[in-house]
Amino acid sequence: MADSEYREMWEKLDLDLPAHDALLEVLGKFYGDIYMSQQGRLQGMEYLDFVLSEVHGLRIKELQDAKAEGRKIVGTFCVFVPEEITLAADAVHVGLCSGADAGTELAEQLVPRNTCALIKSFIGFKLARLCPFTESCDLIVGETTCDGKKKAYEAFADHAPMYVMEVPQQKRACDRELWKSEVLRYKEAVEKLTGTTITAERLRKAITIVNDRRRALQRLNALRSANPAPISGRDALLINQVSFYDDPLRFTQSINALCDQIEERIAAREGVAPADTPRLLLSGCPMAVPNWKLPYVIESAGAVIVGEESCIGTRNIRDLVDESGETVEDMLDALVDRYLKIDCACFTPNDERMDNVAAMAREYNADGVVQYSLMFCQPYGHEAIKLGKRLDAEQIPSLAIETDYSMEDVEQLKTRVEAFTEMLVR
Amino acid sequence: MIAGIDIGSRSIELVCLRDGERVLMRRLPTTFDPLAQIDSLLADVKCSAIAATGYGRALAAKALAQNGLPAVETITEIKAYALGAAALAPEARTVLDIGGQDTKAISLAGAGRVLKFEMNDRCAAGTGKFLEHVASVFQIAIEDFGAYALQGQEPLAINSMCTVFAETEATSLMARGYKPQDIALGLHASIVKRTMNMLGRVGLHHPVLFAGGVANNPCVVKLVTEALGHVPIVPDEPEMVGALGAALHAARLSVPA
Repeated sequence: MADSEYREMWEKLDLDLPAHDALLEVLGKFYGDIYMSQQGRLQGMEYLDFVLSEVHGLRIKELQDAKAEGRKIVGTFCVFVPEEITLAADAVHVGLCSGADAGTELAEQLVPRNTCALIKSFIGFKLARLCPFTESCDLIVGETTCDGKKKAYEAFADHAPMYVMEVPQQKRACDRELWKSEVLRYKEAVEKLTGTTITAERLRKAITIVNDRRRALQRLNALRSANPAPISGRDALLINQVSFYDDPLRFTQSINALCDQIEERIAAREGVAPADTPRLLLSGCPMAVPNWKLPYVIESAGAVIVGEESCIGTRNIRDLVDESGETVEDMLDALVDRYLKIDCACFTPNDERMDNVAAMAREYNADGVVQYSLMFCQPYGHEAIKLGKRLDAEQIPSLAIETDYSMEDVEQLKTRVEAFTEMLVR
Repeated sequence: MIAGIDIGSRSIELVCLRDGERVLMRRLPTTFDPLAQIDSLLADVKCSAIAATGYGRALAAKALAQNGLPAVETITEIKAYALGAAALAPEARTVLDIGGQDTKAISLAGAGRVLKFEMNDRCAAGTGKFLEHVASVFQIAIEDFGAYALQGQEPLAINSMCTVFAETEATSLMARGYKPQDIALGLHASIVKRTMNMLGRVGLHHPVLFAGGVANNPCVVKLVTEALGHVPIVPDEPEMVGALGAALHAARLSVPA
């Protein structure tokens, strides 16, 4: 599709074209430096390079085409919003822009300065008119996973069609009841938005689609336990990031094809780094596109990332929805149970996350864990202390990093990460 | 001869070893042209291997390799201080390094192995830069600032975590008529307080080796001693520990296999 047609589309979406051009240019350069410079990349990554190069182009065109057919677009910021329900109502479910410094000054007029970069970013993208996903949405679904988001959605509602789900913060029977009522309320909201009644058949199909995508990503993750590491952490992170934007059927097919290539590579004992390269697990806050700073610093410091314990990683794919339900009611119960297994730091207590991180470190043969939290992210900031102690007790070395989307701390990050890598090399 | 060079934010140090003995130690300010300073430091030095550390390590290694040096390596300041400290005091279990721009606490196993480390965040509070900044407010040379603060009797509490706000706090205390020596003492105490928190986070074990340029400040050393309840090991020329560590690393590399 010609660039001029994209420009016309972006203009219709009321994007700030000069600023958007500048953003795409920075994104392209950043992508070139961080991704295209890698040696020995898998051929299957070409699909991801293409998807990313067209993330504001072809994918947005697809969304506009879907809208023209009468389908609705639902945007989300969190893995708690049950995608199965969105898909069962024949709506499109997409993640929204929140991974770059954009419109920060504008955002700080709506939320306090000491708000995490992710929240400031999604508000900034909207106020600066830079995100074609946000601008395509018929409904934006937020959730109460932290106080920052909870309050930010109040301010955001003046600028976008906002709907908020209440995520409980404990996992007792009464919390499950609350969550189930929220899932039902969301189902009704989506049915009202789309005019489509969610039937057992529609919901079963949606559950299979999302589970299949989770299975493909589980397969990818399992292959990463191989030594030498068959795929870089940057590429794996990108795959996880793209899973929030791309069409789920196309995505699943492409990742399974990529996994076939990875299996060949493992059989040939080939990898992206030598077998004695320190293997690190990345754990903590989610990393939306193009938040690649820390993974790039880690993999430039002579280590390789072998797993992502985050919402853009295992937290979103570890558990499947039980597929044996016959009725809508059965399937909704299965959804409620599956989503309540998510070990987000918003829960208290959240000991299962500590167990999951330690188990992942062992499964992926990781030599250490890098904990990533966004500055001012209270839930993960708190858990960094607790998890650090747990990993100490298990004799798994760990490094806690607190940062944001700016580049001013890159040199200090390099020193920390290199020093951590030096510790792991014997 | 084997060399180690530490390119810090304020100064560059060079240590040369021959048969494991320190035969040469030199130091120059970093300035805005660190490569020229490195050239002058190394002008008459013939070495077979060199390792660079400090925030300018990557730049230095690139330049040195282009100059045709056979073996150039980089290591982080964390590893360099650990190796240097272990050579100077094998019994040391913790290293405190307060340099120009960074403060580090390193917990050591034997033979200079790092168990855990902490570094200050982006902010310069609690570093040599902070002391330089406040000394200039007092119009006192940085070398004399510690002795000046030692004349204080009642350290005044300085609560601000930010260098610039700490200055504001100090000047407002001056305006209220407090003794400047007591304010200076309070500023030194605020550095030591931050440092102790950092040491606590790596799991403080004695003895502590105190390195980096700020270990030349008698007031900081006295306050650290009081806060630890133990006398830290302060090496001669504590700012040379990183360059020494780099040289030791280079020496390991150059051992024929």
